[in-house]
Amino acid sequence: MDVEILSRLQFAGTIMFHYLFPPLSIGLGLQLFLCELMYFRTRNLAWEAAARFWTRVFAVNFAMGVATGIVMEFEFGTNWAVYSRFVGDVFGSALAAEGIFAFFLESGFLAVLVFGWDRVGPKMHLFSTAMVFLGSMFSAVWIVVANSWQQTPAGYHIVYHDVQGEMMPRAEITDFWGMVFNPSSVDRLTHTLIGAMVLGAFFVASVCSYYLLKSKHEEVAKRCLQLALPSALLFSFAAAITGHHSAQQLVETQPAKLAAMEAHFETTKEPTGLWLFGWPDAEDEEVKFGVQLPYLLSLMVYNDPTIPVPAMDQIPEEERPPVWLPFQTFHLMVGLGTLMIVVSAAGCWFWFRGTLLEHRKLMWAIVLMPLAAMTANQAGWITAEVGRQPWIVYPSTQDGVEMIGLKTADGLSESVTAEQVLSSIILFGVIYSLLFAVWVFVLNNKIQHGPESPEELVEYKAKIGKGDMSELIEHQGTSRGRGMMDEGVL
Amino acid sequence: MLLANIFDWFNHELLSYDTLTYIWFLLLGVLITGYAILDGFDLGVGMLHPFIAKTDTERRLVMNSIGPLWDGNEVWLVTFGGALFAAFPNAYATVFSSFYTAFFLLLTCLIGRAVSLEFRSKVQSPAWRRVWDIGFFLSSLTAALLLGVAAGNIMAGMELGPRFYYEGNLLSQVYWYPMLVGGMTASLFALHGAIYLYLKTEDELQARVKGVILPLFFVFCGIYTLVSVATWFHVPHATDNLYAYPILWGVPILNFFAVLNIPRAMHLGRPGYAFFTSTMVIAALACLFSVAIFPNLMLSNLADENSITVFNGRSSHQTLWTMLVIAVVGIPCVLSYTVVIYWIFRGKVKLDPNSY
Ligand code: HDD
Ligand code: HEM
Ligand code: HEM
Repeated sequence: MDVEILSRLQFAGTIMFHYLFPPLSIGLGLQLFLCELMYFRTRNLAWEAAARFWTRVFAVNFAMGVATGIVMEFEFGTNWAVYSRFVGDVFGSALAAEGIFAFFLESGFLAVLVFGWDRVGPKMHLFSTAMVFLGSMFSAVWIVVANSWQQTPAGYHIVYHDVQGEMMPRAEITDFWGMVFNPSSVDRLTHTLIGAMVLGAFFVASVCSYYLLKSKHEEVAKRCLQLALPSALLFSFAAAITGHHSAQQLVETQPAKLAAMEAHFETTKEPTGLWLFGWPDAEDEEVKFGVQLPYLLSLMVYNDPTIPVPAMDQIPEEERPPVWLPFQTFHLMVGLGTLMIVVSAAGCWFWFRGTLLEHRKLMWAIVLMPLAAMTANQAGWITAEVGRQPWIVYPSTQDGVEMIGLKTADGLSESVTAEQVLSSIILFGVIYSLLFAVWVFVLNNKIQHGPESPEELVEYKAKIGKGDMSELIEHQGTSRGRGMMDEGVL
Repeated sequence: MLLANIFDWFNHELLSYDTLTYIWFLLLGVLITGYAILDGFDLGVGMLHPFIAKTDTERRLVMNSIGPLWDGNEVWLVTFGGALFAAFPNAYATVFSSFYTAFFLLLTCLIGRAVSLEFRSKVQSPAWRRVWDIGFFLSSLTAALLLGVAAGNIMAGMELGPRFYYEGNLLSQVYWYPMLVGGMTASLFALHGAIYLYLKTEDELQARVKGVILPLFFVFCGIYTLVSVATWFHVPHATDNLYAYPILWGVPILNFFAVLNIPRAMHLGRPGYAFFTSTMVIAALACLFSVAIFPNLMLSNLADENSITVFNGRSSHQTLWTMLVIAVVGIPCVLSYTVVIYWIFRGKVKLDPNSY
């Protein structure tokens, strides 16, 4: 295999692995903040117990996000050197802003959030939680801005530099805010953040439903569910609406991607339909075994069922993205999104009628929902990124001037060999598999152990108050046993 | 409008393209020095971990001495990466692709360290904990060595062909000189970490830490001397800038005295002062390194004109300026909450139920 395929595999693998953790951190961050806010306002210890518990889960997840994120920060340089030279001027600023504005904020206040429970007052703790949540949103802001710029570049021009006799093109900023607010960044950012919130809300709802099904930790579980279910419904709706906006934006900026997502091969005079599902075949330019709803795609992207949507045949052959993968992942995302709306709506309905606990099948469905949300997040990115091919940076027109783009195949590092990339893939494959196993194991441990009851928390606080810590520490890390002292809180 | 005019005036009148370039060289120096100082003690603590701490409680004390801090310390490296990307994209691209294998090993170590800290105390099984202890030690040691080896290579110059195309390979990066610099870095970080641990621990554990400080000091001095001599002969261009600006000789001289001040301060019973001094030693070495390579970011051994300098490596005037604004807004924030966090977690380490 050549360097290109390997580097793409490596990038896709490492970023998708990284992206297992940040959306949960962002989404859980919100739930954590809400629990703590509720504690702050009501001083009900059940809320504090909940906040302490979600903090432990959060910390495990966050550490994985950090460990895998560092790889991403440098991978542009290691594997995509030509690309880095081409975009450094624009893209680098966003990445640097992420470090300065987001990561310092997160990592600093994370220390207080995790280790500060018995060290700082509730006000300072609440503030730190808010800062960690804000920081995690900021990191999404800058990284999604950077990525959106690749998709729909703006606020720049191409300058040719003479490097030892060869003229090398480079994208240079002309307008920083134009770069930040490029045509797709707001749509994509809101949609991405909401995707994370969906995951966070369903994660909390899932764990709580599980406890209720097993009749454990009921007081804490009921309280959290009361927050998580409505927010899951709210965010699932918001995901559909913002996703719809993204699609409308795509028809303007990246029609090739939209055509691939919908396997829309041939432009017609009639309005365009929407495939519910199917098996697109790019060779024969048709969708097999599919069911299509007429007019719907036209309606979706133009708010008008009569205007035809441009298809793949409008795109020069060598600039067409793959079709099968974006089609399937896009439909998967939308399907799961719909499913999540249904499940959370049903959950809320029965919850407010007070009969949720009688619908055990529904509760088990809620338990499984985080998997659906995670899959939707990943599927969305695969759609976005594979649909961007063959470009790594899209060409564009700025103030009437055509700007060249950069193809993925041209963005590779010149001096890196296939063996090097392959060995790093193998190395990281092994490490990431191990990490994943450990993460699942530890997370499961935390969840099985669960939150303390408010009574246990009272007892614990009395001990801390007396400075009697020895007993609390001795048992750090026991995964069996019940009481909170058995397991180190972190 | 007025604001925009003032901005433009600063941008074009007060800070020329070249001035901005120097500022960014300096700021990157500050970032990497900050990283070396802060993560330096984390790595040092990791290297000493299995030798100093005997019981499980002691090991947890050692780990928790850096528990709330290591992540923030590592962000200095992450931000350095982002800033290098933005300010000198050619250097970012060439440096990281030419150190490809070494770099992936470093990343492995950083991952290993993060998860060892995070996961070790989560399960109450001696075997589980032993595995993470070993991981913590090995990843800290290897990371320190690799950082030093990279610095040594940059110092000595590399096989950089025309148009920033790296023509060497892994084998041309591991030879005696960078290895020696790697050894120096590791021993310095270990020393720095030991002094830090001394500040954070008490009683028996502290006594054990004290026992290793002097030996580590002598190891470091030995390698430091070797590196100095080796640099003199192997990297003759390293002193060019010193001869051009003799005032810069102050840096190595101060460095020399700072090194000697470490055992003195320990002997006087002022470990805080000793820690400050080892911080200064790291800062001075980083300074010397920057002075030695300037204006190159990556020197070519094949032909002078192939080198990546701050001039042919930099991004556009507009970006350097925008980034400076970002830095001026961001750095005070970063410093203020760094201070707050260090203040909250000041004093001797104590285990509590929230600890690792
Ligand atoms: C829980 C997560 C989740 C859910 C339920 C949905 N999405 Fe999504 N989607 C994402 C998570 C996501 C994402 C991971 O956040 C993506 C990847 C890149 C991006 O900007 O957001 C994304 C991308 C993405 C794109 C591509 C944007 C681009 O490339 O510029 C479109 C058109 C949609 N989505 C549309 C939808 C629609 C119509 C949905 C209807 C239910 C939907 N998404 C549900
Ligand atoms: C700012 C953030 C991101 C940037 C700058 C970015 C950039 C890139 C680059 C450089 C590649 C390799 C070239 C290519 O094959 O297209 C790529 C591919 C890919 N990325 Fe992203 N990406 C980002 C975010 C994400 C996220 C969060 C995910 C998903 C979890 C993702 C999923 C993928 C996938 C699946 C590919 C492989 C596509 C293919 O090879 O056909 N990306 N991206
Ligand atoms: C290729 C693109 C990406 C790069 C270079 C990158 C880089 C990083 C780095 C270096 C860290 C560790 C920071 C630390 O040490 O504290 C990190 C963590 C994080 N990243 Fe990414 N990241 C990428 C993609 C994304 C995306 C697409 C998102 C969200 C939409 C995201 C959100 C986060 C968050 C919230 C964290 C904090 C840790 C956590 O929450 O688990 N990142 N990232």
